[in-house]
Amino acid sequence: MAKTTAADRALAGPPQTTRSITTADRKAERSMAAPRGRAMKWFASIVLIVIGVIFLLPLVWLVLASLDQSASLSVKWPEAPSFDNFIAVLTPETSLIPLTNSFILSAGCAIVTVLAAILAAYPLSRYSMRINKPFLYGVLFGTCLPITAMMVPVYALFVAFNLIDNIGGTILFLAATSLPMAIWMMKNFMDSVPISLEEAAWTDGASAMRTLSAIVVPLMRPGIAVVFIFVFIQTWGNFFIPFVLLLSPEKLPAAVSIFSFFGQYGSVAYGQLAAFSLLYSVPVLALYVLVSRLGGGSFALAGAVKG
Amino acid sequence: MSTTAPTALGAPRAPGAARPAQKKRRPGRTLLRSAPLLPAVVLLGVFLLGPVISSLYGSLTDSSLSGASAANAEFIGLQNYADLFADPDFPKSVLLTLVFLVASALIGQNCLGLGLAVLMQSSHKAVRAIVGTIVVTAWVLPEIVASFAAYAFFNDGGTLNSMLTGLGIPGVNWLYVFPMLCVILANIWRGTAFSMLVYTAALNDVPPEITEAAEMDGARGWQRFILVTVPMIRRSISTNLMLTTLQTLSVFALIFVMTGGGPGTDSTTLPLLAYQEAFRFGELGFGTAIATILLLVGAVFGVLYIRALKPEVD
Repeated sequence: MAKTTAADRALAGPPQTTRSITTADRKAERSMAAPRGRAMKWFASIVLIVIGVIFLLPLVWLVLASLDQSASLSVKWPEAPSFDNFIAVLTPETSLIPLTNSFILSAGCAIVTVLAAILAAYPLSRYSMRINKPFLYGVLFGTCLPITAMMVPVYALFVAFNLIDNIGGTILFLAATSLPMAIWMMKNFMDSVPISLEEAAWTDGASAMRTLSAIVVPLMRPGIAVVFIFVFIQTWGNFFIPFVLLLSPEKLPAAVSIFSFFGQYGSVAYGQLAAFSLLYSVPVLALYVLVSRLGGGSFALAGAVKG
Repeated sequence: MSTTAPTALGAPRAPGAARPAQKKRRPGRTLLRSAPLLPAVVLLGVFLLGPVISSLYGSLTDSSLSGASAANAEFIGLQNYADLFADPDFPKSVLLTLVFLVASALIGQNCLGLGLAVLMQSSHKAVRAIVGTIVVTAWVLPEIVASFAAYAFFNDGGTLNSMLTGLGIPGVNWLYVFPMLCVILANIWRGTAFSMLVYTAALNDVPPEITEAAEMDGARGWQRFILVTVPMIRRSISTNLMLTTLQTLSVFALIFVMTGGGPGTDSTTLPLLAYQEAFRFGELGFGTAIATILLLVGAVFGVLYIRALKPEVD
């Protein structure tokens, strides 16, 4: 979670400052050291292009291989580009059921997380209680737990509760892992909603829950959307948790079924593997673009990284 | 950001504190007011705190996935830890994890991320946008997809070797000969975007007047960067170092897909070792002991992180 929020702030947060500072820089450079400034600009651009090409190579393979019926593991231009690989994997057993499962897990987790986070954020943001500070510290601490390291004890716990291969249990666990960051983000969004409107409602005798649902939630809809999408993206991409907690093939999300596809046919059907991978990645990429447009930026990062 | 926290936390005091009737019903009201915390507390308590506590206890038992001890695990004290330190795989795995952390997170992602952020400040706008998108894409992709892409790149018949062959250099089977190098480079490729974004944001917060003043005083490019810019973004640097360390500590899928921890145990970091011990060899107590150690390491970093963010909560 932490990573997503930081990115968002950096991407969506301060573009205005970027622009103003670079123009200021440019002016200063033009007046004092114009030739060196221009040389520096070219140098920086060329180095960036080289790094960009290196970073691009593994991604290019995904795209080209998905269009190539006889794809190998190396980047090569497909002789007869076609969508046959996509058609081949677009069957219920291979990709449609797993993608549906991914959707159920991600949406379920995001709904549970957002509801719990809104409820928890309200008292944390609106009242100053003695438990606020320890609770927020605990939440912050929770964002630091290496979840991967926890999977062995979590598995043991799920065996004890008889929750292994249970989608509901997996959703609740996924929700618990994303909850600390979600509470933190949600509290920051809520802090920015002015309290004066609520005071009016309180005077009129509205209860706290009524105020929350009628006034605060509608005012922070974009913030809620940002948290929802972040949690959704994170859960959609999660491999290890469903890999350990779910067993039956018909319950596995795409992340895990791609992995077993790779194990079974991976050494022959690289093109199909790439096509499946792309199908599975597109929703996340689209949501990421959406969330950086929504501009959850500056608030979101408060929870992740303090500049 | 630092300005929003205190005002936002300070303002809400008003409605509650202003009411005169608070003396009488205080405990009941606090309870009522904190009631919405309950769902979150239950979820966190059962699914996060529960495993942490059972991890601490489980690492002191001989529980396993099958056999007699699966049904009723016995308390064996620190035996798992003693076994762990006696097992030659464990120190090797600790070492590999440290190498992985230092090379891919502390050095690779941080330095490359900072370098990219600095270069982007003085590059062409279009280049900045395109390269930024490419770097971020590698990081937004689901980890399993990124792992396949990295696997294909380093594979014996992969892109890297076919490029080397094109240049007339004989390639090697990278994933077998240099497994750690491959997973380190792959993790840098995948994770650098995070550092890049953090440092881009941090550099944007450095007031241009300060660097300009240093320039007037005759500080050259590098001096200006080391003596002026770096100290100004040191908070971002320390937070970023901690966060990338924590993220890298829990990298699993990348190594699992690329090398499976092999050949032998040559790229088995601690998360993979815990997984193998617990699920492949059925040594649950053993795996739990490794998990507990990782949790403790994570906790140490967590405490450092909280100390760094303390003003935000207060």
